[in-house]
Amino acid sequence: MADNNIVGIEYNRVTNTTSTDFPGHSSNEDQSWDIEKIKNSLEVKISKLDERESNFDLVHIDTSIANALRRIMISEVPSVAAETIYVFNNTSVIQDEVLAHRIGLIPLKADPDLLTWVDTAQDEKSKYTDENTIVLTLDVTCTHNPNAPKGSTNPKELYRNSHVYAKDLKFEPQGKQVELFKGNPVTAADPNILIAKLRPGQEISLRAHCILGVGSDHAKFSPVATASYRLMPVIDIKQPISGEQAKRFQRCFPPGVVDIDSKGEAYVKDARRDTVSREVLRHEEFDGKVKLGRKRDHFIFNIESTGGMPPEEIFIKSIRLLKSKADYLRNCPIGQ
Amino acid sequence: MSTIIDEQHKDVDPDQMDQDQDIEEYDLDKIKLLPGSSEDGTAASFQIVDEDHTLGNSLRYVIMKNPEVEFVGYSIPHPSENKLNIRIQTYGSITAVEALHLGLENLSQLCGVIETKFMEALN
Repeated sequence: MADNNIVGIEYNRVTNTTSTDFPGHSSNEDQSWDIEKIKNSLEVKISKLDERESNFDLVHIDTSIANALRRIMISEVPSVAAETIYVFNNTSVIQDEVLAHRIGLIPLKADPDLLTWVDTAQDEKSKYTDENTIVLTLDVTCTHNPNAPKGSTNPKELYRNSHVYAKDLKFEPQGKQVELFKGNPVTAADPNILIAKLRPGQEISLRAHCILGVGSDHAKFSPVATASYRLMPVIDIKQPISGEQAKRFQRCFPPGVVDIDSKGEAYVKDARRDTVSREVLRHEEFDGKVKLGRKRDHFIFNIESTGGMPPEEIFIKSIRLLKSKADYLRNCPIGQ
Repeated sequence: MSTIIDEQHKDVDPDQMDQDQDIEEYDLDKIKLLPGSSEDGTAASFQIVDEDHTLGNSLRYVIMKNPEVEFVGYSIPHPSENKLNIRIQTYGSITAVEALHLGLENLSQLCGVIETKFMEALN
């Protein structure tokens, strides 16, 4: 039964890939729905959590749920991005539409909870309000630098504003946004993203309307750079491996996965670090001595935020979104 | 199982003033019954719009956990139409609609558990 939860990884195939924890599958265990059982068995272990990246384990949960959460994080958790760009003047070499696209893709540090959804049914004039739109302006003109060192060929020394960066986007709070965004003004999450390069005489003057959106509409609205999971690797040493062979065995794995004890025998120190490269299966000498696998219900999530909100918030929002999907559908009348 | 339904009824009945308004806010075209259901309602297919594998697969899993359910499966009939078909057949003691509703309630509960556990781990 214990093996039932391990996906086998062999030289050129995988085995036991489908979960079978359903009623009627096995006679000696009750597999029917039991929320108390889930409450007791579900484990969350957070191993890394910082402003941009989070790594945690979700144990004893089905793939369908883990995958739903991953999918929601990528495509359904709302975030703020520039949607409409009004170009007043652009004499740079980069075309308006390309420039607009680049600005759209810049991750913004803006709390999506402070905005409401734009009503797309309304006309262009009235749909953007101080409740649903953040206005950023970009006004740069490149000029010669009169104090440039003689003989310099570096554009940054020769000219002023030769490089336009994401930090040059200036937040213009509208109406009640002055109060609302007092403590946390909207800025680019990464200030040094290069938007365009200019030469003396060239100018960019534009206004960007940033709104709430979801990743399924456009990738710029996705709050995550990556949201992925992998299954916990399992390395099962079937027969003792010692001496020189143990050293060769150790080299089949990334550093820190396999260690050698005082008796010179190889043991698994940290399977979590393994990449499951299957290198060990290529060597005949280890035939039958080791079995590779992955725990089917142990998910190692890695969430990398684009900077709009912290990764743990994105994950929590994904859980709530899945919950609200279920709740909403539960209350929808079933039509004929 | 019955306790779960009872709890849910308590949630539905509170003396909220905007109860009627709430019902109107639900999309009447969100889910419909597809042709091919049995007379007694123990086997039925549903079509849900604007949903995908995210809900389809997790709902399939939760409904499959119900011992009264004989079969459940979902499909997305065409990749460029955002429609989700889900088929439920029960052994006879409950209807397909009941199985679907219980599945949705259980899925919602599961999300609650995950959220609580994650919050605990955060603090």
